[in-house]
Amino acid sequence: MCWIPISAEERREMLSSIGVESFVDLVSSIPPQFRLRKPLDLPPPLSEIEISRLMLRLSEENHDLAHHICFLGGGSYDHWVPAAVSSIIERSEYYTAYTPYQAEVSQGTLQAIYEYQSLICELTGMDVANASMYDGASATAEAALMSYSITGRETILVSEALNPAHFQVLTTYTSGLNLRVKRIPLKKGGTDWDKLAGMLDERVASVIIQNPNFLGVVENLNQVGELVHRVGALLVMVVDPISLGILKPPGDYGADIAVGEGQALGNPTCFGGPYLGFFACRKEFMRKLPGRLVGATVDSQGRRGFVLILQTREQHIRREKATSNICTNQALNALAATVFLTLLGRQGIRDLALLCLQKCHYLQRHLCEIDGFKLRYPSPFFKEFAVVPPLSAKEVIDFLAEQGIFVGPDLGRFGMGDGFLVATTEKRSKEEMDLLIENLKEIPSAKRRG
Amino acid sequence: MADKLIFELSGRGKVGYALPKPDVPPLFPEELLPPEVLREYPPQLPEVSEVEVVRHFVNLSQLNYHVDQGLYPLGSCTMKYNPKVGEELAKLPGFRDLHPYQPERTVQGALKLMYELEEMLCEITGMVRFTLQPAAGAQGELTSLLMIRAYHTKRGNPREKVIIPDSAHGTNPASTHLAGYRAVEVKSDPQGLVNLEELRRLMDKDVAALMLTNPNTLGLFESHIKEIADLVHQVGALLYMDGANMNALLGITRPGDLGFDAVHLNLHKTFSTPHGGGGPGSGPVGVNEKLVDFLPVPLVEKGEKGYKFDYDQPNSIGKMQGFYGNFGVMVKAYIYLRMLGAKGLREVSEGAIVNANYLMKGLKDYYYLPFDRFCLHEFVLSGSRQKAKGVKTLDIAKRLLDYGFHAPTVYFPLIVPEALMIEPTETESKESLDGFVEAMKKIAQEVEEDPELVRSAPHTTPVSRLDERKAAKDLDVRWKG
Amino acid sequence: MVPDDLRYTKKHEWIKVNGDQGTVGITDYAQGELGDIVFVELPTKGKKVEQMKPFATIEAVKAVSELYAPVSGEVLEVNSQLTDKPELINSDPYGEGWIIKLRIEDPSELENLLSPADYEKLIEEEEGH
Repeated sequence: MCWIPISAEERREMLSSIGVESFVDLVSSIPPQFRLRKPLDLPPPLSEIEISRLMLRLSEENHDLAHHICFLGGGSYDHWVPAAVSSIIERSEYYTAYTPYQAEVSQGTLQAIYEYQSLICELTGMDVANASMYDGASATAEAALMSYSITGRETILVSEALNPAHFQVLTTYTSGLNLRVKRIPLKKGGTDWDKLAGMLDERVASVIIQNPNFLGVVENLNQVGELVHRVGALLVMVVDPISLGILKPPGDYGADIAVGEGQALGNPTCFGGPYLGFFACRKEFMRKLPGRLVGATVDSQGRRGFVLILQTREQHIRREKATSNICTNQALNALAATVFLTLLGRQGIRDLALLCLQKCHYLQRHLCEIDGFKLRYPSPFFKEFAVVPPLSAKEVIDFLAEQGIFVGPDLGRFGMGDGFLVATTEKRSKEEMDLLIENLKEIPSAKRRG
Repeated sequence: MADKLIFELSGRGKVGYALPKPDVPPLFPEELLPPEVLREYPPQLPEVSEVEVVRHFVNLSQLNYHVDQGLYPLGSCTMKYNPKVGEELAKLPGFRDLHPYQPERTVQGALKLMYELEEMLCEITGMVRFTLQPAAGAQGELTSLLMIRAYHTKRGNPREKVIIPDSAHGTNPASTHLAGYRAVEVKSDPQGLVNLEELRRLMDKDVAALMLTNPNTLGLFESHIKEIADLVHQVGALLYMDGANMNALLGITRPGDLGFDAVHLNLHKTFSTPHGGGGPGSGPVGVNEKLVDFLPVPLVEKGEKGYKFDYDQPNSIGKMQGFYGNFGVMVKAYIYLRMLGAKGLREVSEGAIVNANYLMKGLKDYYYLPFDRFCLHEFVLSGSRQKAKGVKTLDIAKRLLDYGFHAPTVYFPLIVPEALMIEPTETESKESLDGFVEAMKKIAQEVEEDPELVRSAPHTTPVSRLDERKAAKDLDVRWKG
Repeated sequence: MVPDDLRYTKKHEWIKVNGDQGTVGITDYAQGELGDIVFVELPTKGKKVEQMKPFATIEAVKAVSELYAPVSGEVLEVNSQLTDKPELINSDPYGEGWIIKLRIEDPSELENLLSPADYEKLIEEEEGH
């Protein structure tokens, strides 16, 4: 087998040096009645040529976004991944290393994480960011847990416009604890601040608001920080990192914790993962932060270097009292985000956000000129909006998929009412948007024909 | 030079990525959004060209030790070689460029892959079904404990305690706490196995589960597994296997046959998907009939019209991930399994066990071996002899770096003082193992003859020993412009 | 190395009794085992502590330890110097590195503590381990 570099002769030598006749002697601690008597029932082994052929065929059973047009949103977005990002994360110095436990031979990974932490802080306007969480959903759940740990309070208030998958993960994560999770109703597609004011009291640990929210709406958050802090609760914001090129960052709204899905930062859609959750907070909560953290220091000769710090928060030292159970995170995805953000720079992130915004408004304007298609909420939006069509969302989605165009997801699948989402990234050209419009115009007549 | 931060290379007006010109009306943000939601100042991201970005990160990469370079014997981390073909094929647009909310009809290949991967994992472990959702081992543990909680709750009482051996990974108690249970420690016996007498005393109707790593973190198989399983099941509790060390058991024995009700696997350990500098991993969880109703949604089902996601599970605990788990990692594990087949898979575990025992034999004359019997895929030495000469295990670890090897896991498991936990994996050659033994021998000799040389190591790495105290006090966690 | 005017716990805290008040810290042996102390999470003034229940957390670079109250009582004062200079515990564990002062609720609880000689024996046992 080509991944075991020991010949049969070497193996015999090694067994004899160990002092056994055969391999079986080494597993004598496994009671014989439990040892498998026949080989596992698995498909026969394949050569590299055979597996390559098989995987190519399997991949072709999927309609990939390289050959189809994607207006899908809902937490994963078809942004461009620059070639330099792929080229860096495909280096085996990065992808075949592990967690930088031995700092002296892991300065590459450690410095890159330090730079990642710095970039996330700049983007979100927060003081400190960890080395990454699994995804936006688990980061949101961990933010709720952290607010519980900081305040000792047991009620979490969550906007009804939080990504429903995030919400489901949050309720699953907290299902073993005595937390009460309550929803804040919406008004015109945005969180209803009057209702929130009525729900806030001294039992609330945190208020979780997504911006732009799941329905695409840019929330009006200027008063919310003060409102939440008045009762001693924490403000948790769930944000789209691309939007922060032009939208006001969580730090400016007085957020205590900022989290989000980082996929859009240089990671392909990859059928839902691996992505990364970013997680940032205010300085005073640093010791309650879940996950890994890198800090700068010096070596014995006074040169700058980087190490994992505050490991006493983590499970391998504090065990059941750790701030989280997380160990392995999404380091390589965070590296992709790091390279992506440095390629863009301060002007690039703004230009990218602006392109998304301009294209989305162009598309919305023309889409809602089509007879029967309505914008669900007349509220500000960034790169995504909810449309109510004159027929079922599912019919529209299926019809367009036949034409090689993906829109959605269907809001009905989350119990969030009529319509579907449409998202635009910088990748969508005017031609592609016009094609979507043309196809949508076709729908009612196509249905009539049907 | 790699010693600059990317921020320190910044020059006004430089960009590293050419965006398209707007092909729609180039309106200003103020024309499209209310001014109060707009950012007042741009984020201070570095301004660098593509060349500078690439050179910076390539230079940084040169400071890393990695598996493609050599032996990486971190115990319980299974740092094996990652086949290149997996990396290559996972990049196919038909896997890489799929949106999770595409209609099922358009992702049949992906669903088929997930379905077949699940089938293979079921066969390998003797379990009935798997969820592929957890992103890493710790999330797999939490998933399992929440299912166990749901199971007991359905029977009227979630119960209170989870029993965990003192040799367990820290994630076990941390996950237990997160699932709303109290972690209760069971001690190891002088053989390094679960102390059956104590376990018997701890078992009562308040126990929800026992979390057992098997083989344990000493690399020893829990030979009394039958008795342990019976003790657990007698009080109606469930037996959970932390599968971090599954690399020892492939094709040799199966958790399901051993009496485990649930097991998590680490695809990034056992099934050779890369560790990525600390992730992404993947931590699927397999269960038997007792827990199958509680699995997270969705599961992949095969129907007459092809594969589909099934969300219709009324007793499900819910969701652990925003989407379906780390699909890109699953693709690589699928390739690994399809290329190995049953025979190849068994060779993996055999190779891992032979390599570990060979290394243990080579080292035990120089370092104290607290549990002196055949190990499975890993073993634990103690640096106690060297400690008595004033050289700590940490120093030995650092000195190994000078000899061109990564250090083993140190100071774990907690039950062995000055622990050095060594897992060579099956992908090391005899030459590489001999080289490691040689280096460890030399270090043992240096401890005798020139302890200061070891205490002040490493001497040849990109940086010398780092001041962790300063790092912990100053808490410099970000660049400040 | 073990001052003879103090009483000790099995968890390596010391207490110096002065009337109905006690000053509490950790022993020289304990600070040596922990290594460089980088952070102390102190209780608030006025907090009630119970004998042998945790009242503070002390962190070294890679170890964390809870501190146990030698006796029950109310926290009268905390050593606020430790916030900026936790290393005082390393450099002067019985002096400037004291941690809290408390009002002793029940002097009879002092009898549960170790004498200097007993504590010395405890250290010897742990070191021999």
